Amino acid sequence: MTDQAKKSALLPVTRVSGRPIPLPGNDIDTDRIIPARFMTAITFDGLGELAFRDARFGADGKPIEHPMNDPRFQAKGPRVAIVNKNFGCGSSREHAPQAMWRWGVQALVGESFADIFFGNCVAMGIPCVTASEADVTALQRAVEADPSQDLVVDLDAMTATRGGTSVPVSMPEGARTQLLRGTWDATRILVDALPKVRETADRLPYVGGFAR
Amino acid sequence: MGKSLLDKVWERHSVRELESGQTQLFIGLHLVHEVTSPQAFAMIREAGLGVPFPDRTFATVDHIIPTDTQVRPLADGQAETMMSAIESNCREFGIRLFTPESGHQGIVHVIGPELGLTQPGMTIACGDSHTSTHGAFGAVAFGIGTSQVRDVLASQCLAIQRPKVRRVEVTGRLRPGVYAKDVILDVIRRLGVKGGVGFAYEYAGEVFDAMSMEERMTVCNMSIEGGARLGYVNPDRTTVEYLRGRSFSPTGDAFARAEAWWTSMASDPDASFDDRVSIDGGGIAPTVTWGINPGQAIGVDEKVPAAAAFAADERATVEDAYEYMGLAAGQAIAGTKIDVAFIGSCTNGRLSDLREAARVARLGRVKPGVKALVVPGSQAVARAAEAEGLHETFRAAGFEWRLPGCSMCLAMNPDKLSGRQVCASSSNRNFKGRQGSPSGRTLLMSPAMVAAAAIEGAVVDVRDFLSKAPA
Repeated sequence: MTDQAKKSALLPVTRVSGRPIPLPGNDIDTDRIIPARFMTAITFDGLGELAFRDARFGADGKPIEHPMNDPRFQAKGPRVAIVNKNFGCGSSREHAPQAMWRWGVQALVGESFADIFFGNCVAMGIPCVTASEADVTALQRAVEADPSQDLVVDLDAMTATRGGTSVPVSMPEGARTQLLRGTWDATRILVDALPKVRETADRLPYVGGFAR
Repeated sequence: MGKSLLDKVWERHSVRELESGQTQLFIGLHLVHEVTSPQAFAMIREAGLGVPFPDRTFATVDHIIPTDTQVRPLADGQAETMMSAIESNCREFGIRLFTPESGHQGIVHVIGPELGLTQPGMTIACGDSHTSTHGAFGAVAFGIGTSQVRDVLASQCLAIQRPKVRRVEVTGRLRPGVYAKDVILDVIRRLGVKGGVGFAYEYAGEVFDAMSMEERMTVCNMSIEGGARLGYVNPDRTTVEYLRGRSFSPTGDAFARAEAWWTSMASDPDASFDDRVSIDGGGIAPTVTWGINPGQAIGVDEKVPAAAAFAADERATVEDAYEYMGLAAGQAIAGTKIDVAFIGSCTNGRLSDLREAARVARLGRVKPGVKALVVPGSQAVARAAEAEGLHETFRAAGFEWRLPGCSMCLAMNPDKLSGRQVCASSSNRNFKGRQGSPSGRTLLMSPAMVAAAAIEGAVVDVRDFLSKAPA
């Protein structure tokens, strides 16, 4: 069983604390996060070490300058990524957040997120919160200067705090509620309403092949 | 105040409002392929859940399937494992699977429409971002991740927030040599790759009214490249006529009832939208990407733009693109040498795409040293193209005629770029490494432009190319 599957449903995500890592750049797509050639598998196992593979290693297999290769950002334990605009655009592959999760990323603070990536993260219990461009870039700079302090994402207070400094963050209310109440793993909730689902289906003329 | 198509479809498919404020949305059609589903089936099994609506899910194999030979077992052991997994998963849960033996296999976004599974007014989900393709029929269709594939399998529903709607109007008439692909590349260039985040795009206006269903599919397909998770065209006569006689379309009186319901789902004339934009279709040129995202596009007669022409926060990506692509600001995109030409994908792998490319292929031969592939989007597309002799046209011109699949669009199969090769491609993404080589380069364009580039060995304006051709 995977780590992800072990997380029980109805486990509220209120506060994530971890070592921050800046992953700078706008429009970082999911092909960049996990190249498609690593997706020929029937599980998500082993994706962690392949996260950002082509941005981290050259064709010769030698490391390229990248925050994930930086010795200062190798501390074990949970991590919080700090990203810029439209992070996770492109393909719907959940392999992207799965790879980041398996590398230790348990929350993301960014300027903006692509819709499908954001939804995949919620379904995995990973909060993606947004902050202003000024706050995100200041945070990235501060972390570059001193990577040793944890970054705390608080979904109750809607803040990202490092050292004594807090910045306000936002998140669509629906997703925030799901995380706070532990209903981010929606399967059981959706299944609970199966009788109502059948009623809805019965009212849709195409479900019955337009027989009436 | 009238309602938009999105309003109407959302209302009809809403099971209930969730505590989170999201909608529990019924999914009328769930499409599944081999890459994003095995983990979802495993989660269903692990949690002891069932699949209560197995007849509302259809599956096929497209991403990993080779296009040279599809004889089993597949040469790539991992691909064979994925193929076997979808076969056993579908068997276990009673889901219909279109394998190559069925005669209906193909790219999931090509076969849904051609089988008549995709219909107006439906909600459609698939673990693939190009599910937006199905919006061409006036369906609310969007990509989901694997955990959400699990949710749809287990409940036929998703917990989801309703998007806003932006009406994207393209007026006037397209000039000759300008295709649906150019229209959507132009829309993304103007509105940006993140302009559509949080929105559904409603495509409207004379240009979309005049388009065939296949052209509308090309446009809706790339909505996600503009950040919009879904895009749609309101159903009209063109939609209804396309659906008449398809395998899963209703027949007889049921078709008449369907037609009335389908057209009733179109946006009302007085519907309100969260935003509106208008573009002059007559001003759109054949368009080519020069950079590393689909918004970095220019008319084929333009030059690679200077970083200063972009918003301050886009300049770093622009500089990154110059370096990766080996292009400089001020350089003409026409004349850029190519190594590979790829015609196919869920964006441009349909019969009309192949016809347009073949029209160009008749005018010359693939330049020596260029590898040119034509990959039909489905077995049905391949059969129709072969019936017209298009495969012979392509072969005579030096193109390879392959078996259906996603092929070199995302290179999860043996079709890949190598090293820093440059590919003129009719696909949808020019991301770094997208076509299988970590340093490979992609120039997106219409299928006709790809065919012209294959013959010229370089990017060329298909209009000049056609005009130089003997009458």
